[in-house]
Amino acid sequence: MNNPQLDTDGHLRHLLSIEGLPKKILNQILDTAESFAGVAEREVKKVPLLRGKTVCNLFFENSTRTRTTFEIAAKRLSADVISLNVGTSSQSKGETILDTVDNLIAMHADMFVVRHAQSGAAHLIAKHVPPHIHVINAGDGRHSHPTQGLLDVFTIRKYKPDLHNLRIAIVGDVLHSRVARSEIHALTTLGVPEVRVIAPKTLLPAQVEKLGVHVFHDMKSGLKDVDVVMMLRLQNERMNGAMLPSSQEYFKTYGLTQEKLALAKPDAIVMHPGPMNRGVEIDSSVADGKQSVILPQVTYGIAIRMAVMAILAGGQSANPMPAGGGTQ
Amino acid sequence: MLNKNLTNSELPNAEALLTILAQKLQPLLQKNTALVGIHSGGVWLMQRLLVLLKDSIATHNIEYGTLDVSFYRDDYAQRGLKAENRPSQIPFNVENKHIILIDDIFYTGRTTRAAMNELFDYGRPASITLVALVNRGGRELPIAPQIVAVEIPLEASQHLQLTQLTDGRLALALTSQINSARPQEHE
Repeated sequence: MNNPQLDTDGHLRHLLSIEGLPKKILNQILDTAESFAGVAEREVKKVPLLRGKTVCNLFFENSTRTRTTFEIAAKRLSADVISLNVGTSSQSKGETILDTVDNLIAMHADMFVVRHAQSGAAHLIAKHVPPHIHVINAGDGRHSHPTQGLLDVFTIRKYKPDLHNLRIAIVGDVLHSRVARSEIHALTTLGVPEVRVIAPKTLLPAQVEKLGVHVFHDMKSGLKDVDVVMMLRLQNERMNGAMLPSSQEYFKTYGLTQEKLALAKPDAIVMHPGPMNRGVEIDSSVADGKQSVILPQVTYGIAIRMAVMAILAGGQSANPMPAGGGTQ
Repeated sequence: MLNKNLTNSELPNAEALLTILAQKLQPLLQKNTALVGIHSGGVWLMQRLLVLLKDSIATHNIEYGTLDVSFYRDDYAQRGLKAENRPSQIPFNVENKHIILIDDIFYTGRTTRAAMNELFDYGRPASITLVALVNRGGRELPIAPQIVAVEIPLEASQHLQLTQLTDGRLALALTSQINSARPQEHE
């Protein structure tokens, strides 16, 4: 199958979803992020790789954290960054997505970071743009959020380097979660032997087992002896109709408390992609507790996004209009 | 410098060159000096020099670090990032240090430029001295090593590389780059 994310030589051209990316590329991104993680500790927190490039953050759906970390990542690579909150601009006047994109290309944008409530929006843009322009999916509908999946794996690798020996539980609203999908693909591709999902039946997609996960409906058996607990946000804004009795009821059964966390391995880490609903899917004492790596996830997110942009933007000798040339 | 075509058997022994380099480097080691090796060959050399010069290193409390200049190279737009890059590690304060920058083969000077740019992002060193095992000629920038063990002028078509053998010893090797449109540096 023709993978729109890779060029004919198998190099990464767009990052649209983790599904379909070979292990080699996932590892390349993770290893490169390792090198970028140190940049933030320098006197000058910048490297010159994307000097003279323009990165456009196209957010058709709000997300402060993701947009900010992409923006910081692009700036640390020395790119110029434009962040458009498209919901409030031309789109509301009736312009189509591709018209918006074409206008930005006419302004010499080099890379698009796209967040959209509609699954497939980033694919649509990637198919439309000329070859020297790169697209990164920053979350599309229920489909995919590849940089979140990658930063989660990067965080796990930092604390638990031997991925081949881990038991990982993903807890909560898997049905509406593009994060969960990306995480599952990344973890199974990288050889994590046991990925579990723990959720009520109403919050699991049909045939979720086909993704290679073990399904649990209660925390007690699901959290037993896991090394990593990945909590998902209860997606209130994506909830159509009554899938749950109430958020209090949900917390009682699926909310992560110290008591439930004690079922996991003593050195288990707790993750959450944010934003958290404290007291709904996670108790404050856990979120702020010793086993929580929720804030390091945010920090590592910058390194991952730098790595993805740097890998995409480099090596365009085949480009008819190379931006930058060989000298600085 | 007259370029000539050398063969592998005419190349000097890298281990002997290393001893010469250590002798030349010794007088430069003093208080406030720090060593920085450039990946990969420069780091191998530095690791060996740390052992050969361990008395002076200890006396003057000399710190050291490594650079991977991938993020500063001038050919990123053409060649992209290499699949393998390692984090640069400068665990000391660069400010006001006399930095001894170590590379294996000095060729165009582009790696040195990238390394200097990266170093300055850590702070403002008091000075930078460039040390290389071999100067093979062919520089393209107004940059030259102050200390080298040997000068081996080579044709542009010849590619000189430092390799680390399984037992840790270093060796020089020549390869011909018949199809290379642009000269490569040491990697």
